[in-house]
Formats: sequence, C-alpha cells, structure tokens
Amino acid sequence: MSLWLLLAVNSVTLGGLLFLLSAGFSLIFGLMRIPNLTHGSFFMLGAYLGASFLALGLNLWLAALASAAAMAVIGGGIERLLLRRLAGQELAQVLVTLGLSFMIADFCLMQWGGDPIPIDTPAGLRGALPILIITFPTYRLVIVIIAVVVAAALWVMLERTRLGAMIRAGVDDAPMARVTGIRVSRLFTIVFCLGAALAGFAGVIGGPILSVYPGLDADMLPLALIVVILGGTGSLLGALLGSFIIGFLYNFGQALFPELAYIILFLPMLLILLVRPQGLFGRHAP
Amino acid sequence: MTRWVALALALLALVTVPLWIVNGYYVNIVSQILIYAVLALGLNVLVGYAGLVSLGHAGLFGVACYAAAWLVAGGWGHLPAALLALGVIIATSAVFAVLSLRATGIGFLMITLAIGQILWGLAYRWIGLTGGDNGINVPSRPAPFGLSLALSRPFYFFVLIVFLAAVAAMAVFIRSPFGASLKGTRDQPRRMTALGYNVWLIRFLAFLFSGFWSGVAGLLFCYYNQFVSPNVLALSSSAEALLMVISGGTGTLLGPIAGATLVVIMKNVASAYIERWNFLLGAIFVAIVIFMPEGLVPGSVRLWRWSWSLLRRPRAGAALRVGGGRTG
Amino acid sequence: MARTVDRRKFLWGTAMAAVLPWAPAVAQSAPVRIGLLTVKTGPLAQGGIQMEQGLTVFLKQKNSTLAGRKVELISADTGGNPAGAKTKAQELIERDHVDFVVGPLAAFELLAITDYIQQAKVPMMSLAAADDMTQRKPNPYFARASATSSQCNQPLGDYAAKEMKLKRVATISEDFAYGYEQCGGFQKVFEDNGGRVVKKLWTPIATPDYTPYLAQISDVDGVWNGFAGSNPVKFNQQYAELGLKSKYPVMGGWTAYDDALLKSFGDEAVGAISAAWYSSDLDTSTNKRFVEDMVHDYGNIPGGYAAGCYINGMCIEAALEKTGGKTEDKQKVIEALRAVSLTDSPRGAFHFDHFGNVVGNIFIRRIERKNGKLVNTIVKTYSDVGQFFTYDEKQFLAQPVYSRDFPPLKS
Repeated sequence: MSLWLLLAVNSVTLGGLLFLLSAGFSLIFGLMRIPNLTHGSFFMLGAYLGASFLALGLNLWLAALASAAAMAVIGGGIERLLLRRLAGQELAQVLVTLGLSFMIADFCLMQWGGDPIPIDTPAGLRGALPILIITFPTYRLVIVIIAVVVAAALWVMLERTRLGAMIRAGVDDAPMARVTGIRVSRLFTIVFCLGAALAGFAGVIGGPILSVYPGLDADMLPLALIVVILGGTGSLLGALLGSFIIGFLYNFGQALFPELAYIILFLPMLLILLVRPQGLFGRHAP
Repeated sequence: MTRWVALALALLALVTVPLWIVNGYYVNIVSQILIYAVLALGLNVLVGYAGLVSLGHAGLFGVACYAAAWLVAGGWGHLPAALLALGVIIATSAVFAVLSLRATGIGFLMITLAIGQILWGLAYRWIGLTGGDNGINVPSRPAPFGLSLALSRPFYFFVLIVFLAAVAAMAVFIRSPFGASLKGTRDQPRRMTALGYNVWLIRFLAFLFSGFWSGVAGLLFCYYNQFVSPNVLALSSSAEALLMVISGGTGTLLGPIAGATLVVIMKNVASAYIERWNFLLGAIFVAIVIFMPEGLVPGSVRLWRWSWSLLRRPRAGAALRVGGGRTG
Repeated sequence: MARTVDRRKFLWGTAMAAVLPWAPAVAQSAPVRIGLLTVKTGPLAQGGIQMEQGLTVFLKQKNSTLAGRKVELISADTGGNPAGAKTKAQELIERDHVDFVVGPLAAFELLAITDYIQQAKVPMMSLAAADDMTQRKPNPYFARASATSSQCNQPLGDYAAKEMKLKRVATISEDFAYGYEQCGGFQKVFEDNGGRVVKKLWTPIATPDYTPYLAQISDVDGVWNGFAGSNPVKFNQQYAELGLKSKYPVMGGWTAYDDALLKSFGDEAVGAISAAWYSSDLDTSTNKRFVEDMVHDYGNIPGGYAAGCYINGMCIEAALEKTGGKTEDKQKVIEALRAVSLTDSPRGAFHFDHFGNVVGNIFIRRIERKNGKLVNTIVKTYSDVGQFFTYDEKQFLAQPVYSRDFPPLKS
C-alpha cells in the first residue's frame, strides 16, 4: 500500500520536474514550429551554470534565476543569429540545433570536466514530510509547487497579457498574425529566450535530484519530446497534463513492468502517435 | 561532357584507392566512408525525395546488422544469411513504413524516432537473441567465389562494388517515372492524389527502397566490424545518418556521399589530431547552415558557379542567391 | 601540453609515410609505442580522461624511459562506442604500429576488438571488466591488472555475510552485463555464506529517477548497488533523500564509490561500504607518490581509472625489463607481461593467473568524513584474491557467466 502511495506522490513530483523541462520546448515548438533539439543541452548547460553560481555562494533559487537569465541571453543569441534565417527550413533547423548540441556538450566537458557535479538541496528542505502513511522528501514536493507557480505564471502571461495574446495568435496562425500587424519575428525571439530560460531554470531546480554530468542533455531531450508529443505542441495545458501522465507512466511502468523498462516511455508515445498524431490536447497535427 | 569526365575521374580515383593509399588503415577509413554513404543514400530517398525525415534509420541499419550477425554466428553460411537478412530488412521496413506513414512532417519524424528507440531497447534487453550489450561477434567475413575479404584491400573492393551498385540504383531511381512521382508527393501531395496517384503506396514503396539500402549498409557494417551491439541502433546513430544527408545536401546524389565523408573523417581521422573534434564537428554543421543552408554539395556548386561568373563578367556578383535551393 | 605537439608532428610523419611508399622504414632505435584507447568525448569521458592522466603521470615519473628505451604515448579517443574502438584500435596498430595497447574503457568496446587484437597479436591491457575475457572466452594477448566485474564483489559478499552479519539484501544495478556480473559475484558468495538476496532490481542505464525502484526496497538488512559512471552520485542522493540510508546500510562495487567520485559526493555517501582493487588510502610509498603527483598535476585524488592505467604502465615496464627492451617477438612480450609480479604498486602486491587476470588485494572501505573531506578508509583487506575467489577454477568455469538470471533469485 505504501509502495503505491509513494509511487503516486513521486509521479506527481516527477511530473512537476518534467513540466519545467518541457514547457519551454512546447512553446517554442508551438509558435516557431521548430523541434529545438538543443533543448536538452540548454537544460544541461543551465545546470552547469547553476552549479558554478552555487560555488560562487549564491543560494539555489538565486542560482536558478541567474542561470535562467544567462540561458535567456544565450537562447536569444542563437535565435537572432542562427534560427532567424532558417524559418520554414526544417532540415536546416535540425542540422543547426543538433550541431549546437554537439558544441554545447563538448564545451561543458571542456569547462567543467567529466566528473559529475552534485547540487545540494537547500538546507531547510533536506528532510522528509509525512504524507498519510509514508514520508516523502520535502524538496520534491517543493518542485511541484514551483511547477504549479511557473504554470500559473505562464498561463497568466499567455491568457491575460497583450504579449500572451500575440503569442497565442502566432501559435494559431503565424502568417495571419503578421498580417494583423504583430511583429512575429520579435515574438519568436522572446519565446525562444523564454524557452531557453525555462530549460536552464529547470536544470538547476532538478539538480538536487539529477546532479549534473556529461550526457544529461541526451537523457533529458527524449523526455521533453515525449511529453510534448503526448500533450500536443504549443499547448500549455497539454505540456502540464502530458508531464503528469509521463510521471505516472514512468513510475508505475518501471515498478510494474521492469522487463519493459527500456521502452516503457516510447511504447505509449508510439501508440499515441499512431492513434492521435496531434497529441492528446493539441489542436492540430504537428 | 565535363560531367562524364568528372565521373570517370572519380571512378578511377575510387578504384585505385588501394594503390595510392599504402597504409591499410586508411583503406579501411575509405571503406567506412563508402558504407556510411550507402546508408546516407538510402536515407536520402526519404529525406530528399519524399520529404519524410526519419530519425529511426539506425533501426533498419541495425536490424540488418543483427540479423546477419546472429545467423552467421549461429553457423549459417554467409550467402543464405545475407539473403535472409535482406528479407528481414524488407519485412522490418514494411512494418516501419506502415506505422510511420500514418503521419508526415514532424509526426513522421517522431514515430520513426519512437520505433528506433524501441528497437534499441529490445537489442539491450532481449539478451537471449542479441547478447545484450555484450553484442554478437561475427567469426568471419564472407568469401564470395572463394575470394577472402579478410584483409582491408579485398574488402574495400567488395564495398566499392556494393557502393557503386547503390549509386547506380539511386541514379536510375531518381530518373525513373517512379522517382518523379515520389518528388510529386513531396511537393504537391494533394495534387498527386487528385491526379489519381496513390500517394501512400508511392511513399510506402520509397520507404522499402530506402530501408533496403540502409539494410545493405548494415550488412556491410556487420562484415566490416565483425561485431554488433545495441550501439548501432542508438538514437545518436540515427541522428548521425540524418546529419550526413542534410549537411551534404538532400535530394542530390553526391550530397549524402559528401556528408558521410565529412562525418567519418571528423570522427576517425580528425579526432586523432584535434582533441575537441566533437565541438568542431558541431561548429562545421552550424557553419554549413550559415553559409550553404542547402548543404555542402549544392552550396559548393552555387559558390563555384558564382565565382566563375564573377571571373567572366565582373559585375554579375549581385547574382549570388543566399539560401537558395530546396532545403525544407 | 607539450606532448600533444610532439605527437602531432609524429603523426604527420606517419601519415605521410602511409601515403608515400618510398618513405624510409622506421629506424631501429625507434621508441616503444604505447597506444591508449580512451574516451575523451561524450558521457564516458569522465573515466577516460582519468585513464590518460594516470598513464601520463607514470610516464612522467619515468621520464618517458622504460627499461632503457624511450617511450611514446599515443592516445586515441574512441568516443565510447564499439565501432569507434575498432577503428581506433586499427589506427593505433596499423598506422602507428604501437607495441602495446592500453584500454579500452568499456566492456562493449573491449568485446568489439578482442578478435582483432588476437589476430594482430598486440599485447593489450584493458580496464574493461567483462568476466569472460579471462574466463570462458580468453584472449592470449590480453592481460588485466584491474579486476573482472565480479572480482571485487565476491569478497564483498563474504564481508557482508561474515562481518556485517547481513541476512537479507536487496541489489540494484544497471540493466546490462557489467551490472549482472557484479551482482552475480556478490550474490553467489553472499548466499554461499548464509545470506540471501531477496530482491534484484535492474535500472536502464539512463534513469533520471531511481524512486520507482527504491520504493520497492523494504524488509531487508542492507542494499548492494553496482552503479558506474556518474550514476552513483544520482543514486546516493536519491537513496538518502528517500530516507533509506538511515534504514539499510548501503554497499557497492569499486565504480560505485571510486575515490575519484568522492569530491562529487556529499554526506549522503558517508558510511557506504565498498570493495575495490585500488584505494588511494593505501599506505605504500609507490601509492603515496602516485597520489601526490596526481594531485599536483591534475588536482585530482586518483581512483581506479587513473590507478589502473598507472599500474598498466608499471606492468609494461616490468615486461620490457624482462625482454631486455625488445618488443619484436609479441609472443615473448605477452608471456613476459603475464609473468609480471610486483610487490610494490599503488594497489600493493599482485601477479597474474594463467588467463592473464590479476591476483591481488581487494580492499573493503568505508566512506568517512575526515578534516571536512570524504575519504575511503580501508576497513579490511582480502589478500591475493583471484577472479575465482575461493572457488575451484574448474567448477567455477563450469557454471555459466554471471547474468541477470544467474545465480537465480531464490523464492
């Protein structure tokens, strides 16, 4: 009994982390129609930067925000200098995003070496909290709160601000939005900065659970892809629900079907794609 | 005319590789280039001519590799093993195609990625069949007509023959009515349907053709390394094949070959001199996108024509088209 | 690095020689060449970089001269995959004509090149642990001075049963051959000494969250793990986070608590018991000098990867001394290499068995915090441990190689 409760609670917390990872990916995908294959690298680079900020004496939250800011700048640079000129050229986008991920992975290896770097849980959150009949790590519960806060902030931004209205218009129909006088190209930059910043932020927040190591990028990118495929691109609600569904699939799948552990996430992803190519909550096929 | 001369020179260069490259190691590198070129040519059928971007082709490459290795290690002769492996690859391609052709665009890419990852997971965990990550050792290379391919030079000629067959098959394919209709499904799928073409069937057959050559490359790879492990099916292998096609230039005959050359040389030769070769390879990809987004081969042709025209008519410089060609 | 420049010049020379048939043959006084197959890019680079450091420190101490001959180190980056290992092995052997191959790092890299090495007849010393390389599928040109996957875990099973007095243990390890072989060694000895493995958990290599597995651990006296690479850091963090550390003592193989990982661990690893064939804590003069130089040159406490390559260097030196510095007769070289018996090395005394696998000390260590730093303190030393532990060689080889299902879980 306690096993199932533990798995259920953990599914929610993993879902929270996955949402932080994939929200930015989904926004970029939805608006710019770019499968940003550097997203895992943004996550890893953000985590490494966060580890360095921590070493400078910042606390985890400040390190996460500083890392997010740095990643926004880097993401903005990439969008302005590279992706900008590739609108509509999917293959060139694949080439440039994969090329960048090679560069970032090797840069991290040069800069931080190959040894895994731990990110400490903030002192006050190290313990565990009782939940019914189990105790659960406090920090993981905090991640859920952070994910909910980020989701709410994104929702307000998308639904209640002028910028959000423009982004939504862009997601629905970019050429039409352009006709109505929205500067879509500036939107692209903003969304890409935001996506990169969210990835970097997630990397630091996930640090106390995942630590930072070479290969973290390749571990996380497929997860972001799966969440977005399941939830549908460009849909905030889709990314949120997709994250929690994957959280549950991952936890219960690994525990119940250990024989299928290697394919436990790709099998459902394949089924969804076959049955409903636009994802569970997506409005149109990607 | 120049075209035929260039072709003859290229052929001559390839045939004489073992003469002017003395060290067997470099002959092996050229063999590797040709093997990956066959894979990239196969993938290019989908990416370049059908407009379907697959991130799961290492799955097809790997299944052929495993099938041949498993059969040969199990005591089968090389010829029946190879024939059966090709049958397996056609069947696998058909299943792959039926599943992934439910979508196009990013959906297609994601389905192929998922199938590729599932095959990779199976190779890791279906230990009874694949040996898990310990892989399968292939005891010998085939010996067609009694000629041993154990050494680098005879093996190179074997690979070269298969490579030339692949190039010829591609050339015929592109010029055939079927090739034309495939390009039609890429550019104008609705119009093709309206004209009475079965777009799905055309794509399906193209997938089989693509899968077949990817499988042939897998067989060669199996003979070359005499070892198969789940690594051949990894997502990174699929991505690498795709990068070869895109960086060289999709929808061209030479592009995938150039891309394969670039990647194999960076990984195996440049890495001996440059410690951070992985960074450099990434940077080269980015540079290709900046300077010749249509890929190395079409981009070089464009730059060459442009500089040629500059030489002849100095004021024609404005004719430079940046970002031309079909890349999307 | 000055070495790299030398190397590049040298390699250009050989590259030209490769292309130009009339280039002069290599002079008789050519240096002995050691080719290092390592990994410097990708996720496995962590261990690969340390391998290069260990061998470089050794050659630096010897002023690049072994048994009176100059030695040249040529390192090649396999990228951590089997095909890369094969190509780089060919590069080292056919292009650079190395006399010894040190490496590769991973078992699947080693298995990809073992047939080739046998054909090329080049003596090879690898850190890769695949048991069968020196058991059921031996390679006559291979010697291993580190350990098989199960070699450290067999004494650990003994220690867990006899000294820790554990009765019921759960195991958790990566779902691939290195994990199976380590786990099998532990389970076999632990159960033969009265213990019982009650649950075996296998995790895919890339597992972001171990909780679904850890949640299944209950009603045991201890937990054994066989993680490697950067996974131990993640695993121990999550193990402690879920409150398991205070309930069940944790133990593991050498890659799980390697000395080089100590700087990446925090308090969550304190108390962990591990079995290793090398410990930077060992108090011998050779080891002290090695650790000092590693800290001086690279700022790192060495772990098994660096020590293994350092020790491989020592073996090559001893073999060259025996052959009088000659390397032409490969058969003699590999015989000399396998006959090496050293009393003073960073791992203490060791020699090889007739399969070319090491017989030497296995240290049981506990992680402690001393002066603010984590250290692996040796709590017991098993001397002269071979790959078959206390078992009879014939009987041992008659059983299948340790796998996911062998020994089976008793119900």
